[in-house]
Amino acid sequence: MVVQQLISGLAMGSIYALVALGVVLLYKTSDVINFGYSEMSMVGAFVAATLIISLGLPYPLAFLGALLFGALLGLFVERFAVRPMHKAPHISVIIMTLALFMIINGTAGLIWGHEGRAFPYKLNKDPIDISGVVISWDSIVIFSVTLLFMLSLFLLFKYTLIGVAMRAAAQNKTAAVLMGISVNRVFSLTWAASTAMGIGGAILIAPIIFLEVNMMQEILIKGFAGAVLGGFTSLPGAVIGSLLLGVIESLAGGYISSDLKSTFAFSLLILVLCIKPTGILGGKAIKKV
Amino acid sequence: MLRIKDLDVFYGKIQVLEGVNLNIEEGKVVVLLGANGSGKSTILRAISGIVDNLKGDISFQGSRIDSMRPEAIVSLGIIHVPEGRQIFPELTVYENILIGSYARKDRKKINEELEKVYTYFPRLFERQKQVAGTLSGGEQQMLAIARGLMGKPRLLMLDEPSLGLAPKFVEEIFRIIERINSEGTTVLLVEQNAEMALSIADYGYVMEVGRVVFEGEKDVLHDSEALKIHYLGLKYIS
Repeated sequence: MVVQQLISGLAMGSIYALVALGVVLLYKTSDVINFGYSEMSMVGAFVAATLIISLGLPYPLAFLGALLFGALLGLFVERFAVRPMHKAPHISVIIMTLALFMIINGTAGLIWGHEGRAFPYKLNKDPIDISGVVISWDSIVIFSVTLLFMLSLFLLFKYTLIGVAMRAAAQNKTAAVLMGISVNRVFSLTWAASTAMGIGGAILIAPIIFLEVNMMQEILIKGFAGAVLGGFTSLPGAVIGSLLLGVIESLAGGYISSDLKSTFAFSLLILVLCIKPTGILGGKAIKKV
Repeated sequence: MLRIKDLDVFYGKIQVLEGVNLNIEEGKVVVLLGANGSGKSTILRAISGIVDNLKGDISFQGSRIDSMRPEAIVSLGIIHVPEGRQIFPELTVYENILIGSYARKDRKKINEELEKVYTYFPRLFERQKQVAGTLSGGEQQMLAIARGLMGKPRLLMLDEPSLGLAPKFVEEIFRIIERINSEGTTVLLVEQNAEMALSIADYGYVMEVGRVVFEGEKDVLHDSEALKIHYLGLKYIS
């Protein structure tokens, strides 16, 4: 029973982790918190569904297609909504992302309607039973894909010049410019990667919840919470915090009450932050100016 | 090599440079002296293309660079080692050095440069895997210079490399600057430590509140009353 709850908690936590990674990535490089992220991710899940239904693409191809769409959407938003505001205070940019939320949510509702529907792909394999612990294929896919995302991100940041440049730009923009790094290019890439990651999360969760225009909102809030729990400026922290949140939520749902699972998880979040305000792996809280 | 004509720079409505003319000959060490706030660093920032509001012209080897993007200026081999070192604290020493070569197209030659940089700064080689934020001030300055050298500078601009360093580090850094110059790199040096700077300079400019007030060969500057007056502000005392 405990193992069972742990596994489903980790699966949910993986989705939160993808979202948290996308949020923290963007925050680290450009100090922007993207409240439109849930809606940008949701659109990607609809794009994947459309690719499957209308074009008859197999699931993996539709997945990749939607990620590509996400990268382009990220580039577009950065170029036409964020970059023109480069002289505005960060808070204005953050409010702009709220506008993004409204615009995308409304437009998506107009295109795809407001009713929930099933995602047109479901793994119809029997769950694996390991001595009484049942692991669904959904969980396995979620784990593997999330792991793949994290691994790619790690390799990008650790072993490629552009990845190191992205980290450099996150730490000191002026010095990065003096190295010949184009900060605009770094921002574009970050938006592209971040959006693709959120869409990955949305497609993975879509077969479990319904495909619906508000589907990613609660997940974004959980992703934020996971990121804060782990320390908002640390990518590994975001992953650990999100997994932890998923597990706590699942255990609370299983042993206390499934109605109270979020209540319990978020109360714990507040408690942790009272004890360690910078989160589990967060460094000093430095206000950037 | 680099020529600045009638340069004005504004930060918002405040004018910080006024009619600055400057000329740097290839192969030389040129030093900018002057009190805090006299505009020395702003000249470097203007050359690097990171000031917003600038009038006048800056040309490098005959072509105008004053409206170029900072990335393009770096690609020309104009490398700026900023004041206060500005290393990337969370990257390793090696990554910091590597990122200095970001703008270079000749990626295959980077290892040669890396070896050369490590012979200048053996201490950095020993610490290449360490996170840069844990280095001492002197080591961070060395790292900042090493990172700059990876860009294969034709003109290396150093902003206050001795600031806040222990005398033995200052000595070491100046010896290295001398060596870099003797191997063919032109150097533009901003320094508070006039004595030390003039010991390696060929030519110098003295600045006061946004203007060049005096210029001359090293010996002229060294013996000059003008330097003492403007730089040390002695006219206000005596």
